[in-house]
Amino acid sequence: MKFFHLIRGNLLRHKLRTSLTLLSILVAFVLFGFLCAVKQALVGGVALAGADRLIVRHKVSIIQLLPESYQPRMERIPGVAAAAHQTWFGGIYQDPKNFFMQCPVVPEQFMAMFPEFILPPEQMQVWLGTRTGAIVGRNTAERFKWKIGDKIPIMSPIWLRKPWAFDLVGIYDGKEKGTDTTGFYFRYDYFDEARKAQNWGQGQVGWYTIRVKDPAQAAEVARAVDQEFENSPAETKTEPEGAFAQGFANQIGNIAFIVAGILTAVFFTILLVTGSTMSQAVRERIGEIGVLKAIGFTNGQVLALVLAESCLLTVAGGGLGLALAWLITARGDPTGGMLPMFFFPVRDVLIGLALSVALGVITGFLPAQQAMRLRVADALRRM
Amino acid sequence: MSDPTTGNGALVRIEGVEKVFHRGAEDIHVLANLNLQVPAGEFLALMGPSGSGKSTLLNLIGGLDRPTKGSVSVAGDHIETLSDHQLAAWRARHIGFVFQLYNLIPVLTAERNVELPLLLTHLTKAERKKHVATALAMVGLTHRAQHYPRTMSGGEQQRVGIARGIVTDPTLLLCDEPTGDLDRKAGDEILNLLQALNREHGKTIIMVTHDPHASARASRTVYLNKGELTDAPLA
Ligand SMILES: Nc1ncnc2c1ncn2[C@@H]1O[C@H](COP(=O)(O)OP(=O)(O)OP(=O)(O)O)[C@@H](O)[C@H]1O
Ligand SMILES: [Mg+2]
Repeated sequence: MKFFHLIRGNLLRHKLRTSLTLLSILVAFVLFGFLCAVKQALVGGVALAGADRLIVRHKVSIIQLLPESYQPRMERIPGVAAAAHQTWFGGIYQDPKNFFMQCPVVPEQFMAMFPEFILPPEQMQVWLGTRTGAIVGRNTAERFKWKIGDKIPIMSPIWLRKPWAFDLVGIYDGKEKGTDTTGFYFRYDYFDEARKAQNWGQGQVGWYTIRVKDPAQAAEVARAVDQEFENSPAETKTEPEGAFAQGFANQIGNIAFIVAGILTAVFFTILLVTGSTMSQAVRERIGEIGVLKAIGFTNGQVLALVLAESCLLTVAGGGLGLALAWLITARGDPTGGMLPMFFFPVRDVLIGLALSVALGVITGFLPAQQAMRLRVADALRRM
Repeated sequence: MSDPTTGNGALVRIEGVEKVFHRGAEDIHVLANLNLQVPAGEFLALMGPSGSGKSTLLNLIGGLDRPTKGSVSVAGDHIETLSDHQLAAWRARHIGFVFQLYNLIPVLTAERNVELPLLLTHLTKAERKKHVATALAMVGLTHRAQHYPRTMSGGEQQRVGIARGIVTDPTLLLCDEPTGDLDRKAGDEILNLLQALNREHGKTIIMVTHDPHASARASRTVYLNKGELTDAPLA
């Protein structure tokens, strides 16, 4: 790029002005990266949801329970490959701040339903042989420095209202980066037996996950499931896992909308800041632009020089901001457990880079056009 | 492109040129039915009172502007028929400009300033370096190659300006009051340089000036007054 010296020289002409503009672009892109990670944490489950999985919950609300006896009935419905249930335990480990999800599950059914959880086979064997056994994801295990063999006391305000004790027999990993490895799962048979003591909820589960044989028929299968339990005391609502996760996220607010709103405001500000820097840069250089044109630079070349300058500015600021955001988010969940899937997805980094280029083109366009349209003789008179 | 020496040898031919500027509703008639021929190898001085249209005429010859009427041909090309884009390329190939206020790019070193016109050619980096070194040597500024304009005297800056004007070996060198901002000594150095370029290198030069001292160095002087050219100043 033989014009690089000229572009760089022009950018460095007012070091303070360029630095301040660069800094504000950088801050905007750090915020962009951070919000992307928050959004990922809140709605990431939607994208990762299995296309072949449906969630069956109580028609009235997710907190109403469904009979355990629904499982064989579901499995008989054509198109259903398997079903597995989970139940919200809502337990507290030491302090309510230490949030992570716990669910009683039927180990074999559960692990078959969620192949994204990788548990060493020998640990699985121990789990099957330990009634009070529980497994936990890598994320939570590391968070509390748990080791296999530890006794984990968990207080449940819903079930028995007393501390439960579990034996940690396994630690699972996620198949993908976005896989949630915060969950804590223990045996449903132990759970159901124990809750006899409170004389409530026995034989009842929170929700079911169904695997369909053909994702293309998911909608029909969902309808068939809901029909099966129509007019029973516990009617169901069946939806794709993605929609379920989305519904979960929507309870926190329309995250994507809020993120988009904040970012729009930020980028609009940056647009004005960079735009004014660039138009000032061109205005104070009119005579020089006249010289370039007199020398033989075409209007197109002058346009390209100004655009290259604004893009260099926004891409440098944007690139640094994205890199910084990457470093910050790489340290993981800043809330200590509320946002298990907190990370800055590569896809969003690329979107950020594209955004920085777009910002350069947009902010540079008007000043560049002004420079391009300048008539040489007039420009030279303004030297 | 036709041979510039054909047709009684004029490199620059200005025929029936009229230039009118519009400022609001007002028409400013600057040049009227103007004719001028400049043969190749001439060093022409263009004099005249302020506002008489000297810069306007120089801009027409250099293809920075188009006449309202009439024709301007340089080296056989009729500039009034070229598009903006063609004109830019044409300027890059045929014209070197030297300005009164040097008009160097302040953020570039002397060397990079001189290199600017070469960036528009197909020369390689090494070739550009060679041409720049030659041009700087011709104006005696080899030792200031890495220096920025603000660290140089006016005379030195103008020499860099001249180096930039000649680095592409243009058909025509156009200078608008090249000594107008310099003291006598620095001005004389610039004039020596222009004279040497004309005599030793055969450069055709058109120089606008207010200074009789400067015009004395030229091979011919014409005077512009009230839009007309004469061979002697009006009394
Ligand atoms: N782009 C323009 N728009 C309107 N008027 C112009 C324009 N360019 C030049 N003029 C007018 O044309 C006249 C001649 O201007 P020009 O710059 O050619 O004079 P000059 O002989 O070079 O003067 P000086 O010796 O002061 O440089 C002036 O009255 C000037 O105001
Ligand atoms: Mg003038």
